[in-house]
Parts: sequence; C-alpha cells; structure tokens
Amino acid sequence: MGLQAIAFYLLAIVTIAAGFAVVSARNPVHSVLFLIAAFFSAAGLFVLMGAEFLAMLLVVVYVGAVAVLFLFVVMMLDVDFAALRQGFARYLPIGGLIAGGLAMEMVIVSYTVATTGAAKLNDTPLASGAHAATGVTNAEAIGRVLYTNYVYFFQAAGMVLLVAMIGAIVLTLRHKPSVRRQVIADQVARTRRGGMRVVSLKPGEGVSE
Amino acid sequence: MNASFWGTPGGWTLLTVLQILAVMVWILLSLAFLLLADRKIWAGVQMRKGPNVVGPFGLLQSFADFGKFLLKEIVIPAGADKTVFLLAPLIAFTLGFGAWAVIPLAPGWVVSNINVGVLYLFAISSLGVYGIIMGGWASNSKYPFLGSLRSAAQMVSYEVSIGFVIVTVIILAGTLNLQQIVASQGGGFWNWYVFGGPGPLWTKLLTVIMLPMAGIFFISGLAETNRPPFDLPEAESELVAGYAVEYSSTPYLLFQIGEYANIVLICAMTSILFFGGWQAPFPTPFTAHWSPTAASFFGFMWFFAKIIFFFFLVAMAKAIVPRYRYDQLMRLGWKVFLPTSLVAVVVVAAWRVFGMGA
Repeated sequence: MGLQAIAFYLLAIVTIAAGFAVVSARNPVHSVLFLIAAFFSAAGLFVLMGAEFLAMLLVVVYVGAVAVLFLFVVMMLDVDFAALRQGFARYLPIGGLIAGGLAMEMVIVSYTVATTGAAKLNDTPLASGAHAATGVTNAEAIGRVLYTNYVYFFQAAGMVLLVAMIGAIVLTLRHKPSVRRQVIADQVARTRRGGMRVVSLKPGEGVSE
Repeated sequence: MNASFWGTPGGWTLLTVLQILAVMVWILLSLAFLLLADRKIWAGVQMRKGPNVVGPFGLLQSFADFGKFLLKEIVIPAGADKTVFLLAPLIAFTLGFGAWAVIPLAPGWVVSNINVGVLYLFAISSLGVYGIIMGGWASNSKYPFLGSLRSAAQMVSYEVSIGFVIVTVIILAGTLNLQQIVASQGGGFWNWYVFGGPGPLWTKLLTVIMLPMAGIFFISGLAETNRPPFDLPEAESELVAGYAVEYSSTPYLLFQIGEYANIVLICAMTSILFFGGWQAPFPTPFTAHWSPTAASFFGFMWFFAKIIFFFFLVAMAKAIVPRYRYDQLMRLGWKVFLPTSLVAVVVVAAWRVFGMGA
C-alpha cells in the first residue's frame, strides 16, 4: 500500500503540474514537452489501476506518434504566440464556463461510481471487471469485449478514421503536370539493351544526333 | 537476511535496484566491447587495423574514450535552450536502458516480467525520437535542426512497419509476455517464429511469411536506431553530424551510449521475437536435471551469442551498404515495408484462425 500511495500522489502531482505548465509556458515547444510529460504520468496512473494495456497504448499512440507530430508542427511553424495571447481576458469567461462544466461532470461521475459502483453494460463476466479472478489478462479482456459486443462500434470508428485519412490525402495531394516525377518502376525495369548504345566511330569523326 | 525481508517494500525496492544495476552494468560492459567490435569489423572490411593501441588488440580503447569524454569541457551554444539541451541526452540514455527492464535474459532472469512486455518495448522505442528531436531543436542551429526533423520523420515511418511485424509474432504466440514468447519457441531451431513457430511439420510453410518479416524487422530496426545505411539524421556529408553537431563531452557520450544501447536492444528483440531468445537451437532435455541457476546461465549464453551475431550483421551493414537517399528511405518504409507487413498480418491472422484450429 505504502509504495502504491506514494507512486499515485507523485504521478498525480506531476500530471496536474505538467498540465498547468502546458497552458502557462511561454515557449510553445516547452508546452508540447510538458504535454508529453502529462501523457506519460497519466500512463503511469493507468498502470497503477491495473490497466497496463491502456497505459502502453496511451504511450504508443499519444506520446510516440501524436505528440511527435505536434512537436514537429510547433517547431516548424513560426506562429506569433504573443499575438494569440492578446484575447486572454475576452475568452476567460467562456473558457472558464467550459472548464467548470467539465469539472462538474467529472465530479458527478466520480461521485456516482464511488457510491453506486460502475455501471454494467452487459453481464458477461469479462466485461464486468472479473478478470482478476479468472486470470484473463488485460489485453485479452479488452479484445473479447471489443470484438464481440462492440464490434459494430469498433468497425464504425475504423471507417471514420479511414474517411479522415482519405480526406487528408485528397486535400494535400497535388500533381503539377509540369513537374517531372521519378518513376521507380521504369528505373528498375531499365536494361542494358534500352539504356546504352554502342556506336563505332572512325578516328576524327564525331557523333551527331 | 531471510525471504521475508525481500517481501517488505524496502527489501523489494532494494532487490529491484540491485537487479537493475546488474543488468545495466552488464550492458555497459558489453557495449564497451561491442563498440570496439563495431570499429574493428568496419576496419576489417576496409583492410585497416582499427583501434590497436590502447591495451592488447586495442581492447581497452572504449575505456580510454570514456575517460576522454568525461574530462572534456561541456560546451553549450550561446543561443541554446539550456534545460532542453541538457535534458535531451539524458532522455536518450534513460530510454535506451529503460527498455531492457522487460527483456528476458534467461529462464527466470528478467527485471520485470510484465504481461504487456512487447507493447512496453514498442512504447519505449517509439519514445526514442524525443532525445534526438529535443537535442536538435535546443541546439538552436541549422544542421542539428535539419537532422532532428529527418530523424523524427524517419522513426515515425519505420515504427509503423515494426509494429505490424511485431503483431504477426504476437498472433502466432497468442501472448504479449516476452518470457512466454521465448518459452514457446523451445525444443529446437525449427520451433522459432522465423520458421513459423512450434507445430507439426506442415506449419513450417509459414517460413515463407515469417522469414521476410524477420528481415523487415531487422532493417526497420536499423532505420529506427539511425544506423547506416539509414543514418540520415547524422549524415556527415550533408549535415556535419546532424543532431549531435553542438554536443560535446558527457552529453555527447550519453547520446552515443543511448544509441548503442538501442542498437543492441534491436538485436535482442530480433532474437527474442524470431530466433528463440535464450532457447538453444537444439532440444535440451539434459538441462532438466541441472540446477535452475546453471540452466539459466546456459540459456543466457545462447541469448548473448545471438545478440552478438545480430550485432555483427549491423556492423557489416554499416561497412558494406551505401547510405540511402532520403526519398528512397521514405519509399522503402511506406511503399514496400508497410504494405508487405500489412498483408502478412492478414495472412498470419487467417492462418491462425483457419490453419491452426485456434
């Protein structure tokens, strides 16, 4: 218990501090680095809850891929962040309203779970969190629920992502007809027969095409 | 000192720290000699002698270099972001060693035998890009920045195919636990996943898929660790030394050690996922009568031998393969490796469902 409590408070404090630093840091690159720290400590909290599969996915997807692209873009863009900060007072009320709403929701959810327990979406033993007793690992439990009860939602989410990906490609892919492009297949298919020509020359004679 | 002491929080912490230290000291010592081997192999291919002055055959060269690195001055560029500049090599170093926590060195020899070991490895190796990208940005200089941008794009690209290749092994093994993945490959080299894993003779047909997968994994590993022929982030003919231009002394040393730890890690992962890890390449019924320590040591020798073999391949690749052009690198990653591994995942999954009878 002792070690777990220490780890929880350490990770929770780091998460909150890093989250605060994301919005307060002056340098946008520092903001992204703090965001990564927040993701990472959140993954640590997941591990403490016994959801090690989710923790690893959080690190792989958010820290390993999404945040890298964030960092990439923030480093490349030359945005005047001082200008973006101008409207702070103007946006404070609506921002505060949203933050307050989110906090309220979280309090309600935590209160409900603490008093009445988590809602059971179905009665399969794996979905109701009995995996600790049956010895089924985290990944297997999630997989069984995801690919049976929620397979349509899973597929729909996949389709949404596919559409988004195609949309991004369509928006950015441009072929200028004037630009000569490298055709790898042609290069690989090139043989000695088509690529060179042996011309026998007499001394003193040049080659004229 | 009895068993109950190790069960208390204090004893458990002490035991884990000792285990971590044992693994780290072993890796650092191995790295000293692997680094020398890297240079010696490179020299041998070019008909040079390589380092041969410090100690017999130059065996102590790495230690001399180590002392030199420590004694030199740390230079921080005037316009650099000091904190991030010094944090970057620390992150590279820490991540290079953090991944070793889940590597099963021998039967029962692993610091942390977690159930999602493969994912942990994948997560840690996907973080490796931060050391480089932070170092390149914080240097506040053109070439390091270009190097770090190249590195970020390259590592993100090759991670995808590495992920899919790992999935094929996971599908065959049916577990994410590295110790179980290795244990299931026992009984001879024909049970390794590169030959389709354990099963009757006709399952060896899977070699057609798994052998190329092992190749893709190894080559993507080279790209992931910025080794030649994919060392574009530090291409000396274009970018001086890439992200490491402004680094000197101990921070540079940390970068180097982290990079080599990652290279050895890729060698270890190749042997664990495809070549049986600590399993001997023949049936070993005789170890059943041995004491557990002796059997573990026997397994550890095989694991170490496999790591050294793959490191030899890495060193040879550096010596004999010319550097890729950047567009060729991207083409190989996205247009060759990614579709191939994606098809392989589908085929192996179908094999698992219809061929192996679940």
